[in-house]
Amino acid sequence: MSAEWPLWEIFIRGQHGLNHRHVGSLHAPDAEMAMRHARDVYTRRNEGVSIWVVPSAAITASSPSDKGPMFEPSQDKVYRHPSFFDIPDEIGHM
Amino acid sequence: MYAQMVTSEATQDDPEKLAAFQARIDAGEKIEPKEWMPEGYRKTLIRQIGQHAHSEIVGQLPEGNWITRAPTLERKAILLAKVQDEAGHGLYLYCAAETLGVSRDELTEALLAGKMKYSSIFNYPTLTWADIGAVGWLVDGAAIMNQVPLQRTSFGPYSRAMIRICKEESFHQRQGFDIMRKMATGTDAQRHMAQDALNRFWYPSLMMFGPSDKDSVHSAQSMRWKIKMNTNDELRQKFVDQTVPQAEYLGLTVPDPDLRWNAEKGGYDFTEPDWSEFFEVLKGNGPCNAERLAARQKAWDDGAWVRGGLMAHAAKQAAAPVAAE
Repeated sequence: MSAEWPLWEIFIRGQHGLNHRHVGSLHAPDAEMAMRHARDVYTRRNEGVSIWVVPSAAITASSPSDKGPMFEPSQDKVYRHPSFFDIPDEIGHM
Repeated sequence: MYAQMVTSEATQDDPEKLAAFQARIDAGEKIEPKEWMPEGYRKTLIRQIGQHAHSEIVGQLPEGNWITRAPTLERKAILLAKVQDEAGHGLYLYCAAETLGVSRDELTEALLAGKMKYSSIFNYPTLTWADIGAVGWLVDGAAIMNQVPLQRTSFGPYSRAMIRICKEESFHQRQGFDIMRKMATGTDAQRHMAQDALNRFWYPSLMMFGPSDKDSVHSAQSMRWKIKMNTNDELRQKFVDQTVPQAEYLGLTVPDPDLRWNAEKGGYDFTEPDWSEFFEVLKGNGPCNAERLAARQKAWDDGAWVRGGLMAHAAKQAAAPVAAE
């Protein structure tokens, strides 16, 4: 058996109340070992309270060449930001 | 510095694409793995990050040598934690290299075949406990000099690995200095050991930065691509300027009779290491080259059945019908 262990992406919740955040990746034969390795590789200094491991192959990523069509349309919709609207001073905080 | 004398690869890409790529780097943008990059950039990075990763892994060997003989239980626990960190640093870096399209096994096999290098410094032996102090203080100190600026390198995964590593690395240098301080303020025999360790590790530490590269085309290309952030001489000077006062504090003598403060340049004048020794070590003729590679080869061979067995187990588990539970 010479197949390389598959790659897993590791997500860690740093503190209660925060999102899990991608911290890196590692190789492991299965999810259980990925979890053990993630604990050793990415939480040696109290970095987390919860770990997700996801096979890298299961992630679908947007393509860099689609960056324009994907993200540019939102640039000209400035009215989506509250700062677009003038609120009279007399109104105060809104 | 864990990557020495990394030759840059010539690149034969569309000049227009190359210029656009350079503009992104000049603007401080990070390059991510799936984005277009010149072939030379990719290949140079694989070589540099791979060499850096190999150094972290091989670097565990001289320190691991003292885990069972650490003088106290506390020192042993600290050294274990440090060596475990080095394994982690190797893993972060291998992952960064793999995003460039090379596999972990290919990297390991290239190291074992002598096609990839690791830092010259790990071919020196750790003969006494004071050497563990000197390695942390000087070797990790020199590595930090190089790694701190590399946090700003242009390749995203490399930069992120460096940020993580730098957070952990200052513990390494401090634990080394702490060992040296204990030894330097101890008995005569301990002080002698500390001085002896400094004597043996001083020049090999200066070699870590590699020979002067002020005229090197490879370095110039790597600096344009922000794969390399400073010249070897700049980093070496910075290291000497930082370390000499620390040695004085410890009451130890840097083994360089020509070391003196140069007020005009605001730094120390010092003796260059023996570069012929450096090239011999790179060629494989250092004191421990054969031992280090043999240890890596043995780990690779002895681990083969574990790697294969766990994959076979995973395949079996995946195939097992859920109803069987």
